[in-house]
Order: sequence, then structure tokens, then C-alpha cells
Amino acid sequence: MLQILETLSNKLTPIHRFLIIETMKIGLNVMLLYAFTLAALIFSAFKDRIKTKKAVLKGLKSLSNILPQFITVLVIVSIVLSLFNEALMTGILGEESGVLSTFGAAVVGSITLIPGFIAFPVASELLRSGAGIVPVATFISTLMMVGIVTLPMEIEYLGKRAALIRNTLAFGFSFPAALFVAWVISL
Amino acid sequence: MKTIVRKYSAALFSIGILTAFLLFWPQKSAQTISILSYQLGTMLQIIPPIFILLGLFDVWVPREIIIRLMGPESGFKGGLLGFFLGSAAAGPLYGAFPIVAVLMKKGASFTNILIFIGAWSTTKIPMFLFEMNALGYRFAVSRLIINLAGILFIAAVMNLLIPQKEKDRLYAAAQNR
Repeated sequence: MLQILETLSNKLTPIHRFLIIETMKIGLNVMLLYAFTLAALIFSAFKDRIKTKKAVLKGLKSLSNILPQFITVLVIVSIVLSLFNEALMTGILGEESGVLSTFGAAVVGSITLIPGFIAFPVASELLRSGAGIVPVATFISTLMMVGIVTLPMEIEYLGKRAALIRNTLAFGFSFPAALFVAWVISL
Repeated sequence: MKTIVRKYSAALFSIGILTAFLLFWPQKSAQTISILSYQLGTMLQIIPPIFILLGLFDVWVPREIIIRLMGPESGFKGGLLGFFLGSAAAGPLYGAFPIVAVLMKKGASFTNILIFIGAWSTTKIPMFLFEMNALGYRFAVSRLIINLAGILFIAAVMNLLIPQKEKDRLYAAAQNR
């Protein structure tokens, strides 16, 4: 198994190798989460067995309700992430602060779903290699607030209307927010 | 059987796209599969306990408490609570939505829920520290300040744009989750 992972990882870009390492680090947090959940369950069962059973059934029911959207989102995310690698991001964001690169940054940020612990170092590297603050800040903003690939899930919970309005507003907001950040840094 | 197929139609469609993608773009297949297994692994580990905890929350926390703390009458404090709950969280934005459903069920106001979503998406405390490290304090702090304004702005505009009927429908749907 490990060998397969190793041969696989040789074909991967740094971002993806990083993802795998992060998985292993997540282990500890996951253990804490399970310990906490288990303690809560035991405490709850101690207080009231019937209520606890109801709670577990409710949890499983809402999980099975959202599972189809979950799977959809995961599959789309994997395809999109494998298309957007570091090189492409540098290509789009690497130009100096132009309208085009800012808009491109917003589109890439809206589509991709990269955890902050990967996005921030990449952004910092981009800034160092001469990318403009406005496109980089726009990218970070849209990355966090706009989620095109997670829309199926958002619609399930917030409804089509609210989900679309929220994402549109967040997309629009990212531009003035980036200008503000650039202005503060220029002070 | 028919309902199951309908329920999973989008998922099946996306898996179809994935299969086609893997077949027609074999150079990308190693990456795609590793990312998918990473995401799937994280999800399978984290999601079950979270939904159990949400179930426990649902059963044990009385509606009155959430209405008092985050309901329509909760005012500034309710918004602040929504903001801190969202900021203290960890994980991607889609992790917030199941919690949103429980908060709706328990009577938190729509505005406070929108503030919670906004905070979850962009002002998470661990991420802020990380951002400060990577991009400098000016970048991180100015983004935090403008985001506070943005979260409130987006929540206020959405509250205006979403008709009461739609809000009622969402709250009714949340009751059945």
C-alpha cells in the first residue's frame, strides 16, 4: 500500500503531495473529535437512553439526506483541483495588477476549493514573485466566500435563490475588498 | 428504488463525468484519484461524528435557548454570537450548512444565520493566524476589517432580497432534517 502511495506521489505536484501529508496530520484532530463525540454520547446515554437513540437516528437521517450532494461535490472538487495546479494559478495571477488578471483571479478563486493552509503560502509565493496585491487578495477572498462547486449543497440548505444571491454578492464584494487591502498595504 | 435513483441522479452524473475524465485524460488520473481519496478520506472520518453531535445538539438543546440567544429578538448579541460561532469553526464552507439547518430548526434568525455563514467562510480564527504568518499583518488585518463590513453588508442585502415566503419555506424544510 505504502509503495503504491510512493509511486503515486512521485507523479504528483507539490500541492497534491502536501494534501496527502496533511491527511496524516489531520489524524490527531480526528481522534480528538471522536473522543469528544464518544464522551458526549456516553454522557447523553447515561442521562436518557431514548433521547440518545433519537439523537443518533436524527444524525444519521440528516447525513443520508445530504449524502448525494456530498458525493457530487467531492467528485467535482477532485476534477477541478486536478486541473488547477500551481503552474496554472501562477499563470493567471502572475501578471501585474491588471483588470484581466484580477478578474481571472476571481473566477479561479470562485471555482476552486483549496484549504487556506495551502492557498496562503501559494499566495505569498506569488506576491514575492511579483504578482499584484489586488489579484492575489481577490483570489483569496473569492476562494473563501464563493463556492461554485459546493453550490449543490448550499442550494439544498439555503434554497436556490439565497444561495445564488449569496455567491453573487460575495463575488462582487471581493473586488472592493481587494482594493481596500491593496490601499492599506500601500499606506 | 426510483426515489433512490432520483436522489442520487446528480451524484451518478458527476461520477459519469469523472469516469469520462479519467478515460480521456489518463495523465491526470493519478492526481485526480489521489485528491478524491484525500477528500473522501477526510469526509468519511469527520462527517459521521459531526452529524452525531448535531443530532445530540438537536435533542438536548431546547428551542427556547437558541431563540433567546440567536432569535429575531436577540439583537446585537445574537449577531455577535453567530459571528463567533462561525469564526471558531474549522473546515470548509460546506461543513457549515448542516449546522445552519439545526440553527434554523431551533429558531435562530435569518440575519444571524447569514452572519454565521459569512464568518465561517472568511474570518476563521486559526486561518487568520495562518494568513498573518504567510501574508503579513497588514494584509490579514485589513482583510479582516473589510470582511467584517462585507459579512454585515451581505447579510443585510440578502435579508432584504429574500422574501418572507422563501424564508418560511427554508425554516419549514429545516424542521424535517
